[in-house]
Amino acid sequence: MAKIVAGTWVEIEQIILTPAERAPTLPEDTKKVPYVLNAAGFLLADAELGAPARIRTLIGRELEGTLKAVNPSYTHSFGAVVPELLTIGLKEAA
Amino acid sequence: MSSRDMSYHAVMSRKNEIMKASLGIDYDDYIQSPIAFDYERMMSETGYSHADVERIQSETKVGNTPLFELHNLTQTVRRISPPGKGARILLKDEAANASGSFKARRASISAYEAQQKGYQGMIAATSGNYGAAVASQAAQRGLKAIIIQEVFDSRGVGQPEIIEKGRKCEAYGAEVLKLSVGPELFYLLLRTLEETGYFNASLYTPFGVRGVESLGLEIAQQVRTACGKDPDAVVITHAGGGNLTGTARGLLVAGAISTRIVACSVDLSGLHMASDHDFNRKSFTTGHTGFGVPFATWPDRVDVPRNAARSLRYMDEYQLVTQGEVFYVTELLSKIEGLERGPAGNTSLTAAITLARQMDQDQVVVVQETEYTGAGKHQNSQLSFARENGIEVRLGDPEESVPGKSIVIPKHLDQVRGKIQDMERLRTSYLKNAANQYPVDRWDETDFNFLAEDLKVSQDWVRQRLTDL
Repeated sequence: MAKIVAGTWVEIEQIILTPAERAPTLPEDTKKVPYVLNAAGFLLADAELGAPARIRTLIGRELEGTLKAVNPSYTHSFGAVVPELLTIGLKEAA
Repeated sequence: MSSRDMSYHAVMSRKNEIMKASLGIDYDDYIQSPIAFDYERMMSETGYSHADVERIQSETKVGNTPLFELHNLTQTVRRISPPGKGARILLKDEAANASGSFKARRASISAYEAQQKGYQGMIAATSGNYGAAVASQAAQRGLKAIIIQEVFDSRGVGQPEIIEKGRKCEAYGAEVLKLSVGPELFYLLLRTLEETGYFNASLYTPFGVRGVESLGLEIAQQVRTACGKDPDAVVITHAGGGNLTGTARGLLVAGAISTRIVACSVDLSGLHMASDHDFNRKSFTTGHTGFGVPFATWPDRVDVPRNAARSLRYMDEYQLVTQGEVFYVTELLSKIEGLERGPAGNTSLTAAITLARQMDQDQVVVVQETEYTGAGKHQNSQLSFARENGIEVRLGDPEESVPGKSIVIPKHLDQVRGKIQDMERLRTSYLKNAANQYPVDRWDETDFNFLAEDLKVSQDWVRQRLTDL
């Protein structure tokens, strides 16, 4: 697997609590899955995707976890058109 | 520190010492019993007068937001109202605060306090606009910020609105810890407070609520200038209770004692807030009944020993609206008032329409917030996401909608009706929670007095209701 070089903006994943370690009162579906954290930062040393890695976050804190993504970005949008919204207010504005 | 036991139970059991170190407030000083505490003394001993708050907020681009009269919406509402009905609708454009929501008020005093006390940074656990507010205020005060957010389900999927809120925190230079679904957010908050020694910018401290009081004060002053009278009703989106508590307290300080305080939440009844499966089946991440009802009926379920946000102390009425109604009204605001704002902030606008229809034309109803909008935080993003996740989205009567299954967008404004919640039931539910917390036979005069004040009722009402339980 390709090596990601130190200094790259990356995202790591940590398992904060395994299903067994989680809070006692949880709904069944949540109880079955681990409690997971994602955080982004600059990679401190060369690492491979899926391998342990350390990062420095925007505020300078060091965190470690499994290297999950390289140059994580925001791709959220306005979504596919919702035609039901388009005609709202047209009559009132007239 | 690294040698300490970091397991869930061990960290949770260190809650009190972590809280004390991260806030500098000794709650024991105010606590009178497992139920009662000296609320007003706690609020007054924040050390910040209203003049201080105004000065602090003006330093960091908070407050003095415009109050707009929504003439077109008022006219439109009057056309569907009985003769003589259709109150003037005014809107406080809180999106104008740094970070785009009223939450900047709530974060501003905490940031100032953290700076004054020499903390290096501040931490907040929130999936709402508060994260961006803390990040923005921290940036201006030279503090580091860590925002802990519930973002994605076990598939790694997050709603566009939450993704956007995470992006905004990062834009202000914060470290954002993005979590899967679960109440262990609080555990991670404690752990991170302990690791960093940062200030706990909890939503529920006296600082947070104090910061919102300026909103009530400004509304009273601006409505008096614009209308020559006090507002007849102020509608407030209700979740954790700080927005309502702070605004109502500010109105009272300004002397607007007869203004009706109306809470409003999006009805998400039936969805479990800690459920991994339900997480992406709701289009609102705050301002909904999943927070609004439990926090009203037991405020002390929060990340500080006693909650400064106590909504039933001030609430006169509580309206529920559906997701479809809020999306409709958000679109309507853009089209006829030329104001594009985020849906969550328009929850109270939705309830204000129902109220205005029942009120006389010379009366004034104030919608006390808006929030910023953009990709993700927009009715089109959120409805599109809902549809992709198997939620039925259609036009019709919003009363037919089922949270988590369908969103029904009204066809006409007269289908925006809201639903009144029974205040007596809420107050009774609070009393039951208090009784579970502390056996009734041990309640003394202090407890009865506290409960009466906390529920905005007489002691007689409390005693009478107990005999009915």
